[in-house]
Amino acid sequence: MTVPLLQVRNLSHDFGGLRAVRGYNLEIGSGQIRGLIGPNGAGKTTIFNLITGIYKPGEGEILLNGEKINGLPPHRIASMGVSRTFQNLLLWRHMTVLEHVKMAHYSKIRYGWFGAFFGTPGRHREEAEIEGKAVHLLDRMGIRHLADQVVLNLPYGAQRRVEMARALATEPSILLLDEPTAGMNPEELEQVMEIIRRVHGEFRLSILLIEHRMKVVMELCETVQTLDFGAVIAEGTPEEIQNNPRVIDAYLGRERAD
Amino acid sequence: MAGEIWKPYSRVPLLGWFFGALVAVTLERLAGAPIARFVGLQKIPVLFGFSDMLKTPVLVPNVILYLLIVYVVPAAVATRLGVSPANGIAAALYRLPMAVTAAVHLALLYAILHVWAGISDYRVLVLRLTLIAVMLTLSLNVINGYMGEFSCSHPGFMALGAYCASVLTIGLFVDAQLFGAASLPPALGRFLFPLALILGGLVASVGALFVAIPSFRTRGDYLAIISLAFMFIVKSLIENLEFVRGPRGLSGHPDWADLPTVFLWTVLCVWSINNFVRSTIGKALNAVRDNEMAADAMTVDTRKTKIAAFLFGAFWAGIAGGLFAHVMRYVNPGNFGIQNLAEVLAMVYFGGLNSVYGSIVGAVSISLLGEALRPLEIFKWIIIPLLLILVMIFRPTGLIAFRDLDVANLLKPKTKPGGEG
Repeated sequence: MTVPLLQVRNLSHDFGGLRAVRGYNLEIGSGQIRGLIGPNGAGKTTIFNLITGIYKPGEGEILLNGEKINGLPPHRIASMGVSRTFQNLLLWRHMTVLEHVKMAHYSKIRYGWFGAFFGTPGRHREEAEIEGKAVHLLDRMGIRHLADQVVLNLPYGAQRRVEMARALATEPSILLLDEPTAGMNPEELEQVMEIIRRVHGEFRLSILLIEHRMKVVMELCETVQTLDFGAVIAEGTPEEIQNNPRVIDAYLGRERAD
Repeated sequence: MAGEIWKPYSRVPLLGWFFGALVAVTLERLAGAPIARFVGLQKIPVLFGFSDMLKTPVLVPNVILYLLIVYVVPAAVATRLGVSPANGIAAALYRLPMAVTAAVHLALLYAILHVWAGISDYRVLVLRLTLIAVMLTLSLNVINGYMGEFSCSHPGFMALGAYCASVLTIGLFVDAQLFGAASLPPALGRFLFPLALILGGLVASVGALFVAIPSFRTRGDYLAIISLAFMFIVKSLIENLEFVRGPRGLSGHPDWADLPTVFLWTVLCVWSINNFVRSTIGKALNAVRDNEMAADAMTVDTRKTKIAAFLFGAFWAGIAGGLFAHVMRYVNPGNFGIQNLAEVLAMVYFGGLNSVYGSIVGAVSISLLGEALRPLEIFKWIIIPLLLILVMIFRPTGLIAFRDLDVANLLKPKTKPGGEG
C-alpha cells in the first residue's frame, strides 16, 4: 500500500493542565475530503494549529508523504504543501486582493534580497510571472474584478474567497479549511460549497474540513471524524456519524434530555 | 472661472513642473538681488523669507511679494506655457528605457536644487541636511511603518555609521593629531569615500543584528525597549572611547559630502527602499505587520523577513550618519541622542507610515520648519510638536500614509486630463 499523503499518529497536546488533544490519529490519502466535527472547544482548531506547526505537539508524530514534519516552523510546513484558511479570516488589512495571492508565492521566489533591493531584470520577470499566476487564480475563484481592492473594503463572502485563493496560491497538496462557511447566508454557502468541489476536482487536492453545518459535511465529505474533549469519539461516513448515539450525545446533548 | 485657470495644470507632467521650478530658481539666481531690493528687502531671503518675516513682521508683505515675483508667478507661467512641449518630451522619454527617463528627471531635479542652493552656503547646508533627513526617515519607515514594529535605535545606527566612516576618512586621508599622518593620498579619497560610507552602513547593520536577534523572537514591545537601550549603549560607548576622543568628538573631516554626493546617495537610498517595499519580498513586511500567523501559514519566513528589513533600515541609517558627519565636518556623541530620535520619529509619523512619499514630505517639512522657525527660539519646540499632535488627531497614520510610489506612473506624460494619460 502507498504511503498516505498526511498521517497523524497518536497526537496529544496540553495547554497548561488542559489536555486539548488526546491520542488523535488521522490518515488522508491523496484527493480525499475528510470532515472534522465536534462541539465548540473540542480541539478541532488546535489540531489544525498542530498540523500547520503553529503549536509544537507535545506527543505524537505528523507525517507528510511519510516525512516527519512536526517541529518544523510553520512557513516550512506551508511550503511543503500544507495550506489552510482560518476560522476568523486572518487577512492582511492594508493589502490588496492581488497582493494577498502574490504573497502566497513567497517561498518560491528566487530573486532573493538582492533582487528586492536593486530591481534586477530577473525580479521583474519573476514578479510578472507570479502576477500572471495570481490573476489566473483570482479568475478561477471569480474575484478577478476585485484584484486591486484593499481587502478591508470587501464584503464578508468575498473576503472568504480571497482567503481561499490565497491558500490555494501556495500550491498545496492538502488544504485545511477551518469553518469555511461560518457566518454565511444560504446563497453564499452554496457558492462556497461549489468552490470547494471545484477546487477539489481541478487541483486534485486533499481537504480536511472543520465544519459545523451538517449540510456541508453531508454533501462534501467522504468520511467524518467527531471530536469531543480532544479525543475522537466516532469515525465513519456522514450517514453513520449522523446516527451515532455518542455523536448525538456530544453534539446535540439536548436531544437526549427529551 | 477659477476652475478654468487651474484646468490646464491637471495635464502638467512631472517634467513640466520641474521646468517651471527651474525657470523660477534661475530667475532668482540671475535677478534675485535686484528684485529683493525692489520689494524693499536687503538681500535675497534665504529660506523663503520665514526668518525675515518672523524677525520683522513688518516685512511680511514684502516677502510675500518677493515670493510671488520670483517663485510663484514665473513658475506658474512657465509651467502653463510649457504644458504641450513638456508632454511631448515626457512622451518621448517615456518610450525610452525607464532608467534613462528617470535619470533625465533626476538630473533636472538636481539642477533645480543646485541653482536654488547656489545663492548661499546656508542653503547648501540646509539642503544637504534635509536630504540626509529623508534617508533617515525613509529607513526608519521601513521598520516602524512597513514592518509595524517600533524601533528607537536609529540614532545609534547613525552614530555607528558616522564614527566608522569618520575614523576611516580622517585616519587614512587626513594628517590628524589622533591618527597620525595620512597613509593614503587625498586624491584617492573621493573614490574611497563611498566605500567608507558603505562600511559604516555595514557596521550599523551588524549593530542592528544585536538588537534584532533577541527582539524578533516574538512580537510586542521588546524591540522598542531593546532598541532604546541600544541607542544609549552606543552613545555612552563612544563617549568612553578615548580612541575617538570621547565626548569631545572628531573633527577635521575632508569636505567630500558636497551637494551632488549627498543627492546621489539619497537617490540611491530612496530607489533601493522603494524597490524593496514594492517587491513581494518587501510586501511580506506588511503581511507580518497585519497578521504574522497568516504570513507564516502562507510560506513567509517571518523571522528572516523581519531581521533582513531591520538590517536594511539600519544600513541606510549608517550611510546617512556617515554623510551627516562629513557634512558637518564634526561629529560628537551628543549628536546621536534622544533629541535626534525625537526628530526622526516625528518626521516618520508626521509624513505618513508605510509610504515613501510620506517620508519625503515628513523629512522635508520638519527639517525646513525647524530651520524656518529658528528665530522663534524656544517657541519652535512648541509649534512643531503642536503640529505633530494635530496631524495625529486628524490623520493618525500621518499626512500621506499607505501610498505606493510608482515611478513609472509618476513620470508618465499627461496627455488626457485626469484619465489614464
